[in-house]
Amino acid sequence: MSSRAYLSIENLGVTFNAGPKSSEVLRGVDLTIDQGEFIAIIGHSGCGKSTMLNVVAGLLPVSMGAVILDKVAVEAPGPDRAVVFQNHSLLPWLSVYENVRLAVDKVFRSTKSRTERHAWTMENLALVQMTHAKDKKPAEISGGMKQRVGLARALAMEPKVLLLDEPFGALDALTRANLQDSVMEIHGKLGNTVMMITHDVDEAVLLADRIVMMSNGPAANVGDIVTVDLPRPRRRIEVDTDPAYIAARHAVIEFLYARTRWCGPPEPVFRAPAATRAPIFCTAA
Amino acid sequence: MSMPARNAARPASPPTPAGPAPAAALLALPRRKRLDLTALARQARGASGLVLPPAVAIALLLVLWQGLSSGGQGLPSPTTIWTDSKELILHPFFDRGGVDKGLFWHVLTSVRRVAIGFSLSAVVGVALGVLVGSSRFAHRALDPIFQVLRTVPPLAWLPIALAALHEAQPSALFVIFITSIWPIIINTAVGVRNIPQDYVNVGRVLRLSPFEYFITILLPAATPYIFTGLRIGVGMSWLAIVASEMLLGGVGVGFFIWDQYNSSRISDIVVALVWVGLVGFTLDRLVALLGRIVSRGAAAS
Repeated sequence: MSSRAYLSIENLGVTFNAGPKSSEVLRGVDLTIDQGEFIAIIGHSGCGKSTMLNVVAGLLPVSMGAVILDKVAVEAPGPDRAVVFQNHSLLPWLSVYENVRLAVDKVFRSTKSRTERHAWTMENLALVQMTHAKDKKPAEISGGMKQRVGLARALAMEPKVLLLDEPFGALDALTRANLQDSVMEIHGKLGNTVMMITHDVDEAVLLADRIVMMSNGPAANVGDIVTVDLPRPRRRIEVDTDPAYIAARHAVIEFLYARTRWCGPPEPVFRAPAATRAPIFCTAA
Repeated sequence: MSMPARNAARPASPPTPAGPAPAAALLALPRRKRLDLTALARQARGASGLVLPPAVAIALLLVLWQGLSSGGQGLPSPTTIWTDSKELILHPFFDRGGVDKGLFWHVLTSVRRVAIGFSLSAVVGVALGVLVGSSRFAHRALDPIFQVLRTVPPLAWLPIALAALHEAQPSALFVIFITSIWPIIINTAVGVRNIPQDYVNVGRVLRLSPFEYFITILLPAATPYIFTGLRIGVGMSWLAIVASEMLLGGVGVGFFIWDQYNSSRISDIVVALVWVGLVGFTLDRLVALLGRIVSRGAAAS
């Protein structure tokens, strides 16, 4: 293990217990990420990618091993590990501005004045080119714009590591390309440490410094790591024919389709106790 | 990413009031006027589509009623009601002291009772619903009790209330409270339990305090459910008030109905029933409207 590692995942194991049944999702995951590094995590459905990200976020408990960020063990969720969720998860009753402002107010309540917080909110909206829609409700903007706002909300927390959980999975190809360019540009500008989950091989190769490929679950771990040896800034049209790009892309595809094949159950969704949909009762007395 | 044009859907400008207008506006006037006329016609068609069917149905119902009850026995026919209770229909505001008042005053007294009882049950019901919805222990402990008690009919509570409170007025309030609180508790609890995990996670990542979480996430997310409960609750409280006033006496539309029954003035009862129905309908719509205003934009996208 490199002692300089900014984020390190050490011998991580996650087991879910649901009554008498238990399922081991991750076992012995080791991964170290340097500051400013962009890591993509790729693997078949059910390999525990999302579980791993949720553990780093602190949303799921660790069963074994540890996640250490900047010399501190991760135990609970916090704004230093901001998450961009797959389905944006903006609060629908708040406007675009208010969604970002909520995060800014919470994180910088004691360190920034009211005007500074306003300026910081606007700055982050400008970073994702969403200032024009700041007063709109999430329902009034497109899926791509919602993800931009989700990204702005995460960036506004000034996280130590930015966690992207298949952020562009639900978007059409053109919108996705556009957002990928924005993410690359922002990463180039701010130098965030990023951990991104993706299903998309091209997305992984284009964006990441290293691609972590997960073996199949149950009890998945890191199968292999591909280093993408492409200089930044990368441009979609130019890298497409670059030998390094092709080599990295081939290595990932080879891993996914020759060395591991999908065989496990669909990715388990672990949520809070299933919300019981009790009937809305409307009997007359 | 292509942004949609910002002026895409601009509503048609409303008709400008008469007054000194610049020349350009005057020139454009004929065209705009024609546009307004077609819009007006469309609106009129829409309105007649809404008003006409129920009007026809009511007319048919009255004719049928008239035909069936013209024998003189049983229920009075609509024309008999008109001749018998003309005074009551046309003068809802008279007040000769005691319980000899116009129907408006009876209904107002009942509505006031409902307002007090229902407000109490709204506050307590939402609070209990949030508790039951957010704590699994509270849910396990209290839900069976709620499920049993909510099936008790309103009037069965009245003797209990009278025994405990000794007086008619608070007893009536208690019956309203206890009748309308169950749907509020249950729907609020369902709303709180159904808050999407994503919103909960947002709260956790931001490390919102319990109070901040309550204000910024829990309440807005559960608002549509809360108002479903409030709407059912206000309907049930109106059911309860009429029933309980029949037994308690004094001023109030429930007692009015009972009083007229004792003096065999069935026509007056029919008039009172129309009032009860219309007021119940209005209360329901008021709560629904309030819910729409409060939960505006809370619909999940």
